[in-house]
Amino acid sequence: MKNVYMDYSATTPVKQEVAEAMIPYFTEIFGNPSTLYGPGLKAKEGLENARCQVAGLIGAEPREIFFTSCGTEADNWVLEGVADAFSKKGNHIITTKIEHHAILHTCQYLEKHGIEVTYLDVDSEGFVDPADFEAAIRSTTILASIMMVNNEIGTLQPIKELAAIAKAHGILFHTDAVQALGNFPIDVNDLGVDFISMSAHKIYGPKGVGALYKRAGIQIPSFVHGGAQERKKRAGTENTAGIVGFGKAAELAGKNLEEHHRHADSLRRMLWDRLSSEVPDVSLNGPADFTRRHPGNLNVSFSYVEGEAILLLLDSFGISVTTGSACSSGSLGTSHVLNAIDVPVTRANGAIRFTTGDFTTEEDIEYVVETVKKVIGRLRELSPVTGEEGW
Amino acid sequence: MALYNDTVMEHFMNPHNVGEIENADGKGIYGSPVCGDMMQITLSVDENEVITDAKFKTFGCGSAIASSSMATDMIKGMTVEQALELSNEKIVEELGGLPAIKIHCSVLAEHAIKNAIYDYAQRHGKEYAGLEGYDPNAEHHDDCEDGEDGCASCEN
Repeated sequence: MKNVYMDYSATTPVKQEVAEAMIPYFTEIFGNPSTLYGPGLKAKEGLENARCQVAGLIGAEPREIFFTSCGTEADNWVLEGVADAFSKKGNHIITTKIEHHAILHTCQYLEKHGIEVTYLDVDSEGFVDPADFEAAIRSTTILASIMMVNNEIGTLQPIKELAAIAKAHGILFHTDAVQALGNFPIDVNDLGVDFISMSAHKIYGPKGVGALYKRAGIQIPSFVHGGAQERKKRAGTENTAGIVGFGKAAELAGKNLEEHHRHADSLRRMLWDRLSSEVPDVSLNGPADFTRRHPGNLNVSFSYVEGEAILLLLDSFGISVTTGSACSSGSLGTSHVLNAIDVPVTRANGAIRFTTGDFTTEEDIEYVVETVKKVIGRLRELSPVTGEEGW
Repeated sequence: MALYNDTVMEHFMNPHNVGEIENADGKGIYGSPVCGDMMQITLSVDENEVITDAKFKTFGCGSAIASSSMATDMIKGMTVEQALELSNEKIVEELGGLPAIKIHCSVLAEHAIKNAIYDYAQRHGKEYAGLEGYDPNAEHHDDCEDGEDGCASCEN
Protein backbone atom coordinates (compact mmCIF):
# COMPACT_ATOMS: atom_id res chain seq x y z
CA MET A 1 0.00 0.00 0.00
CA LYS A 2 1.13 3.51 -0.80
CA ASN A 3 2.03 5.61 2.25
CA VAL A 4 1.62 9.36 2.05
CA TYR A 5 2.53 11.37 5.10
CA MET A 6 0.56 14.63 5.14
CA ASP A 7 1.09 15.73 8.73
CA TYR A 8 4.41 17.60 8.79
CA SER A 9 3.01 19.99 11.41
CA ALA A 10 2.66 17.10 13.84
CA THR A 11 6.22 16.00 13.34
CA THR A 12 8.78 15.43 10.60
CA PRO A 13 11.04 12.52 9.77
CA VAL A 14 14.65 12.97 10.85
CA LYS A 15 16.73 13.76 7.77
CA GLN A 16 19.51 11.35 6.92
CA GLU A 17 22.26 13.95 7.44
CA VAL A 18 20.78 14.74 10.85
CA ALA A 19 20.65 11.09 11.90
CA GLU A 20 24.25 10.63 10.71
CA ALA A 21 25.42 13.63 12.72
CA MET A 22 23.75 12.19 15.82
CA ILE A 23 24.96 8.59 15.72
CA PRO A 24 28.53 9.14 16.98
CA TYR A 25 27.10 10.87 20.05
CA PHE A 26 25.34 7.68 21.11
CA THR A 27 28.31 5.39 20.69
CA GLU A 28 31.74 7.04 20.51
CA ILE A 29 31.31 10.56 21.85
CA PHE A 30 29.24 9.41 24.79
CA GLY A 31 30.96 11.37 27.56
CA ASN A 32 28.99 13.53 29.95
CA PRO A 33 29.42 17.09 28.66
CA SER A 34 29.87 18.31 32.23
CA THR A 35 33.02 16.27 32.77
CA LEU A 36 36.47 17.68 32.25
CA TYR A 37 38.33 14.87 30.47
CA GLY A 38 38.64 14.16 26.78
CA PRO A 39 35.39 12.29 25.96
CA GLY A 40 33.35 14.74 28.04
CA LEU A 41 34.96 17.77 26.45
CA LYS A 42 34.36 16.33 23.01
CA ALA A 43 30.67 15.92 23.81
CA LYS A 44 30.62 19.48 25.13
CA GLU A 45 32.12 20.64 21.85
CA GLY A 46 29.24 19.01 19.96
CA LEU A 47 26.78 20.69 22.28
CA GLU A 48 28.28 24.14 21.80
CA ASN A 49 28.49 23.70 18.06
CA ALA A 50 24.76 22.88 18.04
CA ARG A 51 24.09 25.99 20.10
CA CYS A 52 25.82 28.09 17.42
CA GLN A 53 23.81 26.37 14.69
CA VAL A 54 20.46 26.99 16.40
CA ALA A 55 21.45 30.59 17.27
CA GLY A 56 22.44 31.07 13.64
CA LEU A 57 18.97 30.11 12.40
CA ILE A 58 17.33 32.94 14.36
CA GLY A 59 20.07 35.59 14.39
CA ALA A 60 20.77 35.16 18.10
CA GLU A 61 23.95 34.90 20.15
CA PRO A 62 24.81 31.31 21.13
CA ARG A 63 24.70 32.32 24.82
CA GLU A 64 21.04 33.24 24.34
CA ILE A 65 20.06 29.64 23.44
CA PHE A 66 19.05 27.21 26.21
CA PHE A 67 18.28 23.64 25.28
CA THR A 68 15.19 22.02 26.76
CA SER A 69 13.39 18.70 26.36
CA CYS A 70 10.78 20.12 23.97
CA GLY A 71 8.95 23.24 22.86
CA THR A 72 6.35 22.74 25.57
CA GLU A 73 9.02 22.95 28.27
CA ALA A 74 10.28 26.22 26.77
CA ASP A 75 6.72 27.60 26.84
CA ASN A 76 6.18 26.53 30.45
CA TRP A 77 9.54 27.95 31.48
CA VAL A 78 8.96 31.41 30.00
CA LEU A 79 5.48 31.88 31.41
CA GLU A 80 6.23 30.58 34.88
CA GLY A 81 9.69 32.18 34.95
CA VAL A 82 8.47 35.66 33.99
CA ALA A 83 5.49 35.40 36.35
CA ASP A 84 7.89 34.61 39.15
CA ALA A 85 10.74 37.01 38.35
CA PHE A 86 8.49 40.00 37.61
CA SER A 87 5.91 39.47 40.35
CA LYS A 88 6.84 42.79 41.93
CA LYS A 89 6.11 44.61 38.69
CA GLY A 90 2.76 42.99 38.02
CA ASN A 91 0.69 39.87 37.58
CA HIS A 92 -0.91 40.22 34.15
CA ILE A 93 -0.13 38.21 31.02
CA ILE A 94 -1.63 38.73 27.56
CA THR A 95 -1.98 35.84 25.15
CA THR A 96 -4.49 34.69 22.52
CA LYS A 97 -7.36 32.25 22.30
CA ILE A 98 -5.62 30.22 19.62
CA GLU A 99 -2.35 29.37 21.36
CA HIS A 100 -1.09 25.82 21.67
CA HIS A 101 -2.14 24.06 24.86
CA ALA A 102 1.46 24.34 26.08
CA ILE A 103 0.64 28.04 26.53
CA LEU A 104 -3.08 27.88 27.33
CA HIS A 105 -2.82 25.21 30.00
CA THR A 106 0.19 26.90 31.58
CA CYS A 107 -1.81 30.14 31.71
CA GLN A 108 -4.69 28.29 33.36
CA TYR A 109 -2.24 26.91 35.91
CA LEU A 110 -0.87 30.40 36.59
CA GLU A 111 -4.40 31.77 36.99
CA LYS A 112 -4.78 29.45 39.96
CA HIS A 113 -1.71 31.10 41.44
CA GLY A 114 -2.74 34.75 41.27
CA ILE A 115 -1.81 35.60 37.69
CA GLU A 116 -4.40 37.38 35.56
CA VAL A 117 -4.53 36.43 31.90
CA THR A 118 -6.16 38.16 28.95
CA TYR A 119 -6.93 35.85 26.02
CA LEU A 120 -7.14 38.01 22.90
CA ASP A 121 -9.74 37.31 20.26
CA VAL A 122 -8.63 36.75 16.69
CA ASP A 123 -10.37 37.54 13.42
CA SER A 124 -11.99 34.98 11.12
CA GLU A 125 -8.59 34.02 9.71
CA GLY A 126 -6.87 33.82 13.06
CA PHE A 127 -5.08 37.17 13.08
CA VAL A 128 -4.60 39.21 16.24
CA ASP A 129 -5.49 42.88 15.83
CA PRO A 130 -2.51 44.90 17.14
CA ALA A 131 -4.95 47.56 18.39
CA ASP A 132 -6.71 44.93 20.52
CA PHE A 133 -3.36 43.90 21.92
CA GLU A 134 -2.40 47.46 22.81
CA ALA A 135 -5.79 48.06 24.41
CA ALA A 136 -5.36 45.00 26.63
CA ILE A 137 -2.12 46.28 28.16
CA ARG A 138 -2.40 47.32 31.81
CA SER A 139 0.05 48.87 34.25
CA THR A 140 0.43 45.38 35.74
CA THR A 141 1.14 43.61 32.43
CA ILE A 142 4.49 41.83 32.51
CA LEU A 143 4.44 39.55 29.48
CA ALA A 144 2.77 38.96 26.14
CA SER A 145 2.92 35.50 24.59
CA ILE A 146 1.64 35.27 21.03
CA MET A 147 2.46 32.36 18.76
CA MET A 148 4.19 33.18 15.49
CA VAL A 149 2.42 30.54 13.38
CA ASN A 150 -0.69 28.66 14.45
CA ASN A 151 -0.40 24.89 14.41
CA GLU A 152 -3.94 24.19 13.20
CA ILE A 153 -4.73 26.87 10.64
CA GLY A 154 -1.24 28.18 9.87
CA THR A 155 -1.88 31.89 10.54
CA LEU A 156 1.34 33.96 10.54
CA GLN A 157 0.95 36.73 13.12
CA PRO A 158 2.41 40.22 12.65
CA ILE A 159 4.97 39.50 15.39
CA LYS A 160 7.25 42.44 14.57
CA GLU A 161 4.41 44.91 14.96
CA LEU A 162 3.10 43.26 18.14
CA ALA A 163 6.56 43.07 19.70
CA ALA A 164 7.13 46.78 18.97
CA ILE A 165 3.92 47.63 20.84
CA ALA A 166 5.07 45.49 23.78
CA LYS A 167 8.43 47.19 23.80
CA ALA A 168 6.87 50.66 23.75
CA HIS A 169 4.96 49.70 26.90
CA GLY A 170 7.92 48.06 28.62
CA ILE A 171 6.45 44.56 28.40
CA LEU A 172 8.42 41.41 27.66
CA PHE A 173 7.39 39.58 24.49
CA HIS A 174 7.46 35.83 23.92
CA THR A 175 6.55 33.98 20.77
CA ASP A 176 6.06 30.24 20.42
CA ALA A 177 7.75 29.75 17.06
CA VAL A 178 7.60 25.97 16.99
CA GLN A 179 5.55 26.00 13.76
CA ALA A 180 7.38 28.99 12.27
CA LEU A 181 10.95 27.75 12.63
CA GLY A 182 12.36 26.59 9.33
CA ASN A 183 9.26 27.81 7.49
CA PHE A 184 9.79 31.57 7.73
CA PRO A 185 12.96 33.60 8.25
CA ILE A 186 13.33 34.54 11.92
CA ASP A 187 15.68 37.22 13.18
CA VAL A 188 15.30 37.95 16.87
CA ASN A 189 16.61 41.50 16.53
CA ASP A 190 14.50 42.35 13.51
CA LEU A 191 11.41 40.90 15.22
CA GLY A 192 12.28 42.55 18.52
CA VAL A 193 11.19 39.62 20.66
CA ASP A 194 12.58 38.65 24.08
CA PHE A 195 11.85 34.92 24.10
CA ILE A 196 11.27 32.30 21.43
CA SER A 197 10.25 28.66 21.93
CA MET A 198 11.57 26.17 19.40
CA SER A 199 11.41 22.44 18.76
CA ALA A 200 13.73 20.16 16.78
CA HIS A 201 11.25 17.56 15.55
CA LYS A 202 9.26 20.04 13.46
CA ILE A 203 12.36 20.85 11.36
CA TYR A 204 13.51 17.33 10.46
CA GLY A 205 15.38 16.91 13.74
CA PRO A 206 14.79 14.43 16.56
CA LYS A 207 11.99 14.40 19.14
CA GLY A 208 12.85 15.16 22.74
CA VAL A 209 14.77 18.39 22.10
CA GLY A 210 13.64 21.98 22.14
CA ALA A 211 15.18 25.31 22.98
CA LEU A 212 14.37 28.64 24.50
CA TYR A 213 15.88 31.81 23.10
CA LYS A 214 16.19 34.27 25.98
CA ARG A 215 17.45 37.74 25.16
CA ALA A 216 20.74 38.42 26.97
CA GLY A 217 20.24 40.51 30.10
CA ILE A 218 16.76 39.23 31.00
CA GLN A 219 16.83 37.11 34.15
CA ILE A 220 14.28 34.41 34.86
CA PRO A 221 14.72 31.56 37.34
CA SER A 222 15.53 28.07 36.14
CA PHE A 223 12.63 25.73 35.52
CA VAL A 224 14.35 22.42 36.14
CA HIS A 225 16.50 22.57 39.27
CA GLY A 226 19.68 20.63 39.81
CA GLY A 227 23.15 20.79 38.31
CA ALA A 228 24.91 23.62 36.52
CA GLN A 229 24.03 22.62 32.95
CA GLU A 230 22.95 25.28 30.44
CA ARG A 231 24.71 27.99 32.40
CA LYS A 232 22.81 27.02 35.53
CA LYS A 233 19.50 27.73 33.82
CA ARG A 234 18.34 24.24 32.91
CA ALA A 235 19.60 21.36 35.01
CA GLY A 236 19.89 17.76 33.88
CA THR A 237 22.46 15.89 31.83
CA GLU A 238 22.15 17.15 28.30
CA ASN A 239 20.54 15.06 25.56
CA THR A 240 23.78 15.39 23.61
CA ALA A 241 22.88 13.34 20.55
CA GLY A 242 19.46 15.00 20.34
CA ILE A 243 20.94 18.48 20.68
CA VAL A 244 23.56 17.74 18.04
CA GLY A 245 20.69 16.58 15.81
CA PHE A 246 18.78 19.79 16.50
CA GLY A 247 21.90 21.78 15.55
CA LYS A 248 22.32 19.94 12.28
CA ALA A 249 18.60 20.25 11.50
CA ALA A 250 18.78 24.00 12.20
CA GLU A 251 21.77 24.37 9.90
CA LEU A 252 19.95 22.54 7.10
CA ALA A 253 16.72 24.47 7.74
CA GLY A 254 18.63 27.73 7.30
CA LYS A 255 20.22 26.57 4.06
CA ASN A 256 16.98 25.13 2.67
CA LEU A 257 14.57 27.77 3.91
CA GLU A 258 13.61 29.29 0.55
CA GLU A 259 13.55 25.99 -1.32
CA HIS A 260 11.57 24.31 1.46
CA HIS A 261 9.03 27.15 1.54
CA ARG A 262 8.62 27.15 -2.22
CA HIS A 263 8.23 23.37 -2.39
CA ALA A 264 5.75 22.96 0.49
CA ASP A 265 3.75 25.99 -0.64
CA SER A 266 3.42 24.94 -4.27
CA LEU A 267 2.19 21.46 -3.31
CA ARG A 268 -0.20 22.88 -0.72
CA ARG A 269 -1.61 25.27 -3.36
CA MET A 270 -1.97 22.38 -5.80
CA LEU A 271 -3.84 20.38 -3.17
CA TRP A 272 -6.22 23.25 -2.42
CA ASP A 273 -6.79 24.06 -6.11
CA ARG A 274 -7.76 20.47 -6.78
CA LEU A 275 -9.86 19.88 -3.66
CA SER A 276 -11.75 23.15 -4.01
CA SER A 277 -12.60 22.46 -7.64
CA GLU A 278 -13.22 18.72 -7.46
CA VAL A 279 -14.93 18.16 -4.09
CA PRO A 280 -18.29 19.87 -3.47
CA ASP A 281 -18.95 21.71 -0.23
CA VAL A 282 -15.40 22.06 0.97
CA SER A 283 -14.26 25.21 2.75
CA LEU A 284 -10.91 26.64 3.79
CA ASN A 285 -10.16 27.38 7.46
CA GLY A 286 -7.53 30.04 8.12
CA PRO A 287 -5.92 32.72 5.93
CA ALA A 288 -7.03 32.82 2.30
CA ASP A 289 -3.82 34.73 1.52
CA PHE A 290 -1.36 31.84 1.48
CA THR A 291 1.62 34.16 1.89
CA ARG A 292 0.39 34.82 5.44
CA ARG A 293 0.09 31.17 6.28
CA HIS A 294 2.39 28.23 7.13
CA PRO A 295 3.71 27.11 3.71
CA GLY A 296 2.55 23.50 4.08
CA ASN A 297 -0.69 24.02 6.02
CA LEU A 298 -4.09 23.36 4.50
CA ASN A 299 -6.99 23.13 6.93
CA VAL A 300 -10.27 22.35 5.21
CA SER A 301 -13.78 21.43 6.26
CA PHE A 302 -15.77 18.80 4.40
CA SER A 303 -19.43 19.49 5.11
CA TYR A 304 -21.85 16.71 6.20
CA VAL A 305 -19.15 14.32 7.39
CA GLU A 306 -17.16 13.89 10.55
CA GLY A 307 -13.39 14.32 10.85
CA GLU A 308 -12.43 11.12 12.62
CA ALA A 309 -14.27 9.01 10.07
CA ILE A 310 -12.35 10.82 7.30
CA LEU A 311 -9.06 10.30 9.15
CA LEU A 312 -9.69 6.58 9.65
CA LEU A 313 -10.64 5.98 6.05
CA LEU A 314 -7.70 8.00 4.72
CA ASP A 315 -5.45 6.02 7.06
CA SER A 316 -6.79 2.80 5.55
CA PHE A 317 -5.44 4.13 2.23
CA GLY A 318 -2.08 4.94 3.81
CA ILE A 319 -2.64 8.70 4.10
CA SER A 320 -1.76 10.38 7.42
CA VAL A 321 -3.67 13.53 8.36
CA THR A 322 -5.00 15.17 11.51
CA THR A 323 -8.53 16.25 12.36
CA GLY A 324 -9.51 19.57 13.83
CA SER A 325 -12.45 17.96 15.46
CA ALA A 326 -13.95 16.37 18.43
CA CYS A 327 -14.02 12.70 18.09
CA SER A 328 -10.39 12.52 17.02
CA SER A 329 -8.17 11.33 19.82
CA GLY A 330 -9.94 10.71 23.00
CA SER A 331 -11.92 13.87 23.44
CA LEU A 332 -15.16 15.48 22.55
CA GLY A 333 -15.65 19.11 21.71
CA THR A 334 -14.34 20.89 18.69
CA SER A 335 -11.01 22.62 18.25
CA HIS A 336 -10.53 25.78 20.32
CA VAL A 337 -8.84 27.37 17.31
CA LEU A 338 -11.71 26.69 14.90
CA ASN A 339 -14.10 27.94 17.58
CA ALA A 340 -12.07 31.13 17.97
CA ILE A 341 -12.27 31.89 14.25
CA ASP A 342 -16.02 31.19 14.31
CA VAL A 343 -16.09 28.16 12.04
CA PRO A 344 -19.62 26.80 12.51
CA VAL A 345 -19.47 23.71 14.72
CA THR A 346 -21.04 21.59 12.02
CA ARG A 347 -18.17 22.45 9.69
CA ALA A 348 -15.52 22.26 12.42
CA ASN A 349 -16.59 18.65 12.96
CA GLY A 350 -15.48 17.83 9.44
CA ALA A 351 -12.16 19.70 9.52
CA ILE A 352 -8.98 18.03 8.34
CA ARG A 353 -5.45 19.44 8.49
CA PHE A 354 -3.07 18.47 5.70
CA THR A 355 0.56 19.59 5.91
CA THR A 356 2.99 19.17 3.06
CA GLY A 357 6.74 19.03 3.63
CA ASP A 358 10.12 18.36 2.06
CA PHE A 359 9.36 14.78 1.10
CA THR A 360 5.90 15.41 -0.37
CA THR A 361 5.69 14.90 -4.13
CA GLU A 362 3.23 15.85 -6.88
CA GLU A 363 2.28 12.18 -7.16
CA ASP A 364 1.42 12.22 -3.46
CA ILE A 365 -0.94 15.15 -4.01
CA GLU A 366 -2.54 13.34 -6.94
CA TYR A 367 -3.09 10.24 -4.78
CA VAL A 368 -4.42 12.29 -1.86
CA VAL A 369 -6.92 14.17 -4.05
CA GLU A 370 -8.24 10.99 -5.68
CA THR A 371 -8.49 9.21 -2.32
CA VAL A 372 -10.17 12.16 -0.59
CA LYS A 373 -12.78 12.26 -3.35
CA LYS A 374 -13.48 8.57 -2.83
CA VAL A 375 -13.56 8.77 0.96
CA ILE A 376 -15.71 11.88 1.18
CA GLY A 377 -18.14 10.45 -1.37
CA ARG A 378 -18.45 7.25 0.63
CA LEU A 379 -19.03 9.02 3.96
CA ARG A 380 -21.53 11.41 2.43
CA GLU A 381 -23.54 8.43 1.20
CA LEU A 382 -23.66 7.27 4.81
CA SER A 383 -24.61 10.66 6.18
CA PRO A 384 -28.20 11.65 6.98
CA VAL A 385 -27.18 15.28 6.52
CA THR A 386 -27.14 16.59 2.99
CA GLY A 387 -27.40 20.35 3.04
CA GLU A 388 -26.75 23.31 5.27
CA GLU A 389 -30.49 23.69 5.83
CA GLY A 390 -30.55 20.16 7.19
CA TRP A 391 -28.23 21.01 10.06
CA MET B 1 -1.93 -0.39 18.16
CA ALA B 2 -5.18 0.72 16.68
CA LEU B 3 -7.88 3.07 17.80
CA TYR B 4 -10.54 0.36 17.48
CA ASN B 5 -10.64 -3.43 17.54
CA ASP B 6 -11.04 -5.49 14.35
CA THR B 7 -14.81 -5.94 14.73
CA VAL B 8 -15.38 -2.20 15.07
CA MET B 9 -13.06 -1.48 12.14
CA GLU B 10 -14.80 -4.10 9.99
CA HIS B 11 -18.22 -2.55 10.70
CA PHE B 12 -16.80 0.92 10.03
CA MET B 13 -15.03 0.00 6.81
CA ASN B 14 -17.83 -2.19 5.45
CA PRO B 15 -20.98 -1.11 7.27
CA HIS B 16 -24.12 -3.23 6.98
CA ASN B 17 -27.64 -1.87 6.45
CA VAL B 18 -26.68 1.51 5.05
CA GLY B 19 -29.50 3.57 3.63
CA GLU B 20 -33.08 4.53 4.20
CA ILE B 21 -36.14 2.28 3.87
CA GLU B 22 -38.81 3.83 1.65
CA ASN B 23 -42.24 3.93 3.28
CA ALA B 24 -40.68 2.76 6.53
CA ASP B 25 -42.96 1.68 9.36
CA GLY B 26 -40.84 3.64 11.80
CA LYS B 27 -38.20 6.33 11.48
CA GLY B 28 -36.05 7.75 14.25
CA ILE B 29 -33.36 10.41 14.34
CA TYR B 30 -31.11 11.05 17.28
CA GLY B 31 -28.22 13.44 17.93
CA SER B 32 -27.19 16.48 15.94
CA PRO B 33 -24.23 17.40 13.80
CA VAL B 34 -23.43 20.19 16.28
CA CYS B 35 -22.57 17.55 18.83
CA GLY B 36 -20.51 15.64 16.31
CA ASP B 37 -22.87 12.76 15.65
CA MET B 38 -26.35 12.12 14.35
CA MET B 39 -28.07 8.86 13.49
CA GLN B 40 -31.15 8.02 11.48
CA ILE B 41 -32.77 4.58 11.68
CA THR B 42 -35.64 3.34 9.51
CA LEU B 43 -37.54 0.11 10.21
CA SER B 44 -39.85 -2.32 8.45
CA VAL B 45 -42.10 -4.14 10.89
CA ASP B 46 -44.44 -7.01 9.91
CA GLU B 47 -47.89 -7.85 11.25
CA ASN B 48 -46.36 -9.99 13.99
CA GLU B 49 -44.41 -6.98 15.22
CA VAL B 50 -41.16 -8.48 14.03
CA ILE B 51 -38.53 -6.12 12.63
CA THR B 52 -37.92 -7.45 9.13
CA ASP B 53 -35.52 -4.76 7.99
CA ALA B 54 -33.51 -1.92 9.48
CA LYS B 55 -31.34 0.65 7.76
CA PHE B 56 -29.24 3.53 9.02
CA LYS B 57 -27.61 6.77 7.96
CA THR B 58 -25.07 8.26 10.33
CA PHE B 59 -23.03 11.42 10.58
CA GLY B 60 -20.28 10.63 13.02
CA CYS B 61 -16.97 9.09 13.86
CA GLY B 62 -15.79 5.53 13.27
CA SER B 63 -17.44 4.10 16.35
CA ALA B 64 -20.76 5.86 15.63
CA ILE B 65 -20.86 4.26 12.18
CA ALA B 66 -19.79 0.86 13.54
CA SER B 67 -22.40 1.06 16.33
CA SER B 68 -25.12 1.87 13.77
CA SER B 69 -24.10 -1.06 11.60
CA MET B 70 -23.98 -3.50 14.52
CA ALA B 71 -27.18 -2.26 16.15
CA THR B 72 -29.20 -2.56 12.93
CA ASP B 73 -27.79 -6.07 12.43
CA MET B 74 -28.86 -6.99 15.96
CA ILE B 75 -32.47 -5.78 15.77
CA LYS B 76 -33.27 -7.45 12.46
CA GLY B 77 -35.44 -10.45 13.30
CA MET B 78 -36.22 -9.20 16.78
CA THR B 79 -39.74 -8.37 17.89
CA VAL B 80 -40.36 -4.72 18.66
CA GLU B 81 -40.45 -5.55 22.36
CA GLN B 82 -37.10 -7.32 22.18
CA ALA B 83 -35.59 -4.41 20.28
CA LEU B 84 -36.79 -2.01 22.97
CA GLU B 85 -34.75 -3.99 25.47
CA LEU B 86 -31.57 -3.64 23.45
CA SER B 87 -29.19 -1.68 25.64
CA ASN B 88 -26.12 0.18 24.53
CA GLU B 89 -24.05 -2.20 26.68
CA LYS B 90 -25.18 -5.10 24.50
CA ILE B 91 -24.15 -3.22 21.36
CA VAL B 92 -20.73 -2.51 22.89
CA GLU B 93 -20.43 -6.15 23.90
CA GLU B 94 -21.20 -7.36 20.37
CA LEU B 95 -18.62 -4.91 19.03
CA GLY B 96 -16.04 -6.43 21.36
CA GLY B 97 -15.70 -3.16 23.27
CA LEU B 98 -15.33 0.54 22.50
CA PRO B 99 -12.87 3.04 23.97
CA ALA B 100 -14.43 4.62 27.10
CA ILE B 101 -14.72 8.01 25.43
CA LYS B 102 -16.72 6.45 22.59
CA ILE B 103 -19.36 4.68 24.65
CA HIS B 104 -21.80 7.51 23.89
CA CYS B 105 -21.82 6.34 20.25
CA SER B 106 -23.53 3.13 21.34
CA VAL B 107 -25.98 5.17 23.42
CA LEU B 108 -26.76 7.11 20.28
CA ALA B 109 -27.67 3.86 18.49
CA GLU B 110 -29.85 2.69 21.37
CA HIS B 111 -31.75 6.00 21.35
CA ALA B 112 -32.10 6.14 17.57
CA ILE B 113 -33.68 2.69 17.63
CA LYS B 114 -36.03 3.70 20.46
CA ASN B 115 -37.01 6.80 18.49
CA ALA B 116 -37.75 4.72 15.41
CA ILE B 117 -39.89 2.33 17.45
CA TYR B 118 -41.63 5.27 19.14
CA ASP B 119 -42.51 6.56 15.68
CA TYR B 120 -43.78 3.11 14.69
CA ALA B 121 -45.89 2.86 17.87
CA GLN B 122 -47.36 6.32 17.31
CA ARG B 123 -48.27 5.60 13.73
CA HIS B 124 -49.73 2.19 14.43
CA GLY B 125 -51.44 2.98 17.72
CA LYS B 126 -49.33 0.54 19.71
CA GLU B 127 -48.24 0.73 23.29
CA TYR B 128 -45.15 -0.87 24.79
CA ALA B 129 -43.95 -1.09 28.36
CA GLY B 130 -40.48 -0.25 27.11
CA LEU B 131 -41.69 3.12 25.83
CA GLU B 132 -43.49 4.19 28.98
CA GLY B 133 -42.49 7.74 29.81
CA TYR B 134 -40.09 7.80 26.88
CA ASP B 135 -39.46 11.23 25.44
CA PRO B 136 -37.97 11.05 21.93
CA ASN B 137 -37.10 14.74 22.09
CA ALA B 138 -35.12 14.53 25.32
CA GLU B 139 -31.75 16.23 25.12
CA HIS B 140 -29.20 13.82 23.84
CA HIS B 141 -25.81 13.27 25.26
CA ASP B 142 -24.98 15.32 28.26
CA ASP B 143 -21.31 15.17 27.40
CA CYS B 144 -21.81 17.19 24.25
CA GLU B 145 -21.30 20.56 25.88
CA ASP B 146 -18.53 19.90 28.32
CA GLY B 147 -16.12 18.20 25.99
CA GLU B 148 -12.56 18.50 27.21
CA ASP B 149 -10.16 19.92 24.72
CA GLY B 150 -7.28 17.89 23.48
CA CYS B 151 -8.01 16.91 19.92
CA ALA B 152 -5.13 15.63 17.87
CA SER B 153 -4.30 18.73 15.92
CA CYS B 154 -4.51 21.00 18.95
CA GLU B 155 -1.70 19.04 20.49
CA ASN B 156 0.76 19.54 17.73
